[in-house]
Amino acid sequence: MSDELILLQNYLLVGAILFVLGAVGVLTRRNVIVIFLCVEMMLQGISLSLVAWSRYHNDWGGQMLVLFIIAVAACEAGIALALILMLFQRSGVLDIAFWQNLREEGRQPYVDRDVPEDLEEERVWPRLTPAGVEPELDLDTEMHRGKV
Amino acid sequence: MGNNQTIQALIVLISALPLAAAVLTAVLGPRWLRRWSHVPALVAIFVSFLCSLGLIQQIRSDDAGTVSVGFEEICTLWTWASVEDAYTQESDSSTTSGETTTQETHDFTIDVTLRADALTSAMLAMVTFVSFLVVFFAAGYMRDDPGYWRFFSYVALFVFSMTMLVSVSNLLLLYVFWEAVGVCSYLLIGFWYQKSSAAAAGKKAFLVNRVGDFGFALALLLIWSTYGTLNFHDTPAGPDSDASGYAASPTLDTDHELRGILGQTRLQDDDFAGGAVGTAICLLLLIGACGKSAQFPLHVWLPDAMEGPTPVSALIHAATMVTAGVYMVVRFSPLFLAAPAALVVVAAIGGFTALLAGLIALTQNDLKRVLAYSTISQLGFMFLAVGTGSLAGITAGMFHLLTHAFFKALLFLGAGSVMHAMGNVIDMRQFGGLRRLMPITHWTFLIGCLALSGIFPLAGFWSKDAVLGAVHDKIHELEHQQQESEFSAGQPSTAAVMLVSEASRPDATHQEPSPASFLKIYKLLYWVAVAAAFLTAFYTGRAYFMTFWGPLRIPQEAGNHAHESPFVMTIPLSVLALCAAVVGVAFVGLDFERPLAEQLQTNYFAEYIAGTPSLACDMVQATTAPGGFHFSVAALSTFVALAGIGLSGFFYLRCRKDVEWWTALASSWGVYQLSFRKFFIDEVYTLLIVLPLQFVASVCYWFDNCLIDGLVNFCGRIPVWCGGVLRSLQMGFVPFYAMFMVLGMLVLIAARMLWAGG
Repeated sequence: MSDELILLQNYLLVGAILFVLGAVGVLTRRNVIVIFLCVEMMLQGISLSLVAWSRYHNDWGGQMLVLFIIAVAACEAGIALALILMLFQRSGVLDIAFWQNLREEGRQPYVDRDVPEDLEEERVWPRLTPAGVEPELDLDTEMHRGKV
Repeated sequence: MGNNQTIQALIVLISALPLAAAVLTAVLGPRWLRRWSHVPALVAIFVSFLCSLGLIQQIRSDDAGTVSVGFEEICTLWTWASVEDAYTQESDSSTTSGETTTQETHDFTIDVTLRADALTSAMLAMVTFVSFLVVFFAAGYMRDDPGYWRFFSYVALFVFSMTMLVSVSNLLLLYVFWEAVGVCSYLLIGFWYQKSSAAAAGKKAFLVNRVGDFGFALALLLIWSTYGTLNFHDTPAGPDSDASGYAASPTLDTDHELRGILGQTRLQDDDFAGGAVGTAICLLLLIGACGKSAQFPLHVWLPDAMEGPTPVSALIHAATMVTAGVYMVVRFSPLFLAAPAALVVVAAIGGFTALLAGLIALTQNDLKRVLAYSTISQLGFMFLAVGTGSLAGITAGMFHLLTHAFFKALLFLGAGSVMHAMGNVIDMRQFGGLRRLMPITHWTFLIGCLALSGIFPLAGFWSKDAVLGAVHDKIHELEHQQQESEFSAGQPSTAAVMLVSEASRPDATHQEPSPASFLKIYKLLYWVAVAAAFLTAFYTGRAYFMTFWGPLRIPQEAGNHAHESPFVMTIPLSVLALCAAVVGVAFVGLDFERPLAEQLQTNYFAEYIAGTPSLACDMVQATTAPGGFHFSVAALSTFVALAGIGLSGFFYLRCRKDVEWWTALASSWGVYQLSFRKFFIDEVYTLLIVLPLQFVASVCYWFDNCLIDGLVNFCGRIPVWCGGVLRSLQMGFVPFYAMFMVLGMLVLIAARMLWAGG
């Protein structure tokens, strides 16, 4: 197995990892911006494998294609972010599950399985040594991340 | 040759002018012509009439060749269709090199060809003349009708079709215009299409005519397969087929031309199919003629056709279109002469129809329907005359056709005038005593009635006498032949053989059937005709007395404005009355040098008609010549006519109460109902044809609606159903979609990998 081929395999492996990570992210995350970032990551995975193949075949076409992809992705990112911004301005929510208007007529919207209410009373905070200072809790961040 | 060009120009003009008028009226009528829509048709038809008079003059002046072969002038306009080498004919060409059976192939060409001969010109003159008067009348009758322009457009189209029908020289074209007049008839019967009865009557006429036309179409195919052409005239062969024979001898030309069905060479050689094929052709033609001319099995459409406007009834359903069947039989009389069994059928159907329609007409209360049945009856007379198969009979049939056109158009227009005054009421029981109210209509109607009844010296007398005389002569001829055959006994009856399939054509002279078999039929038909003449006089008198005599009665619908019709309507009535009065006398030649009993020996009309090529051939000329005026027959017909009128006067003139005992007597036997219900023929047709067809149609409808539509709908529902299953996936939750995309891609990739691996 030549060096070239090993190099190719490594690159392709990294590209595949990027792609699968992105895909898993798209499927699992519900924040629109995060989904978008994941999509970009899938794109980069593909781009990477393209560059690798291009290098392997000693053909510049693949790299030129990647340049194109980057340019197009930039445009796409601009448009997508603008759209997301508009959506956020309309509803104030970035949850992808919020926009279900295009579902089949008569179907109930998808609802999250009821998350048990956070019971503040039962919340058990970690006990720190009295010597230390109790860290400040950023409630907003806490609440928000729970939804993401 | 100048003569020929004149004739060709005339015959094209006669048909082209009404067509131009029809198109002009159809295009300009609704917007610009409006109240003046009748003008193009009126002018065009009048010029056509003048042209046809000119045509007659030209044909009369051309006496070269009228003696033996008749006069015909063919005018080929263009070739409509052509099939190369469509027909292979085995012909015995007896050339100098000996007799060899050669196979000639002929092209099948349909030329748009017009012909001018005596028969055509007589029909043309009659059609255009009656049409002109009817259009004149209709200009008054149809006034204020919303479809004024439509009416005259249709009528002009009809006149075009009818003039083409009688002047084309090709059987297929004849069929085309046969249908065209049928279409015009349909359009005009259903002219007031908002009226459901009119629409139904139009449909009925069209459907019943289909039955006859089917027979005609079969006849057409059979003629083509038998004779190899559909042209009436001889057609010169194409330039390629006579390349070899042309140089051999100039006399071969006749062998190389395609003989027309009624071409001169065929007529001279008497080369017509006899036997089973000839009989079949003639019977199928007869079915077509029966449909168009409303003879017995197919007569049911004509009385219903009276739903159309009255001028249409006068023009199409009395004078012109319904006589097309008679014209066709006369045109093909050589074919019929070659098949005597078919001739007897023609005569029998004619006689039977005359009697049947006469009986039905006795009890009808609708004035127009009485006239309609009268028309059927008179057409039966014509068929009877033509069915005798003698020159006398054929000319008598044509003569009766001509006179009948005049007096029946007159009667219908008179009925229209009455209808006009009575507020479209046509039931004779609702009005009466109109003779003082409508003097002109009364007098002209009276002349028409007398002419129809056959009272001396009006037109009907001469023509009806000619018909009866022809049948009488036929009986004499058959008796004579019977006596001859008794002398030369021992020959088997060929009449029976004629009916049996006999593939081979008869020899140069067609086989005469045994007279004995037909003698009884013709004897019976003679008395049937006399009885029908009596019935004619009776129902005509009844209609006349019920309408114009008795106390003055006017229906409610007429209101207070019952009046004599305007001049535009009474002038055609007067002209037609004049014609009905004198047209018979005009054609009778008085020869004062002969003794009294033989003075009425000639009939100019018959002589003129006999100049038609198909009637001028030896085969027809050998039969009984026309012109024999029978005082015994005339006396008999006059007696029955007077008796009929007298009897109707006795019943209906004084007081209609007198009639009640008679109707009570008749109805107690069921006879009255039988006649009033038209012998239940409509009911029989309903039972035998309409109901089974409706049943079949409903089965078909069910089959179509439930099975076929069900299948189609089922196929249509499958995607909907599948979509219904998949629809639940459309939940609007984007990650779900994304997951399906990924899964789908994974499946595809897995499949690809497995595939590649396999």
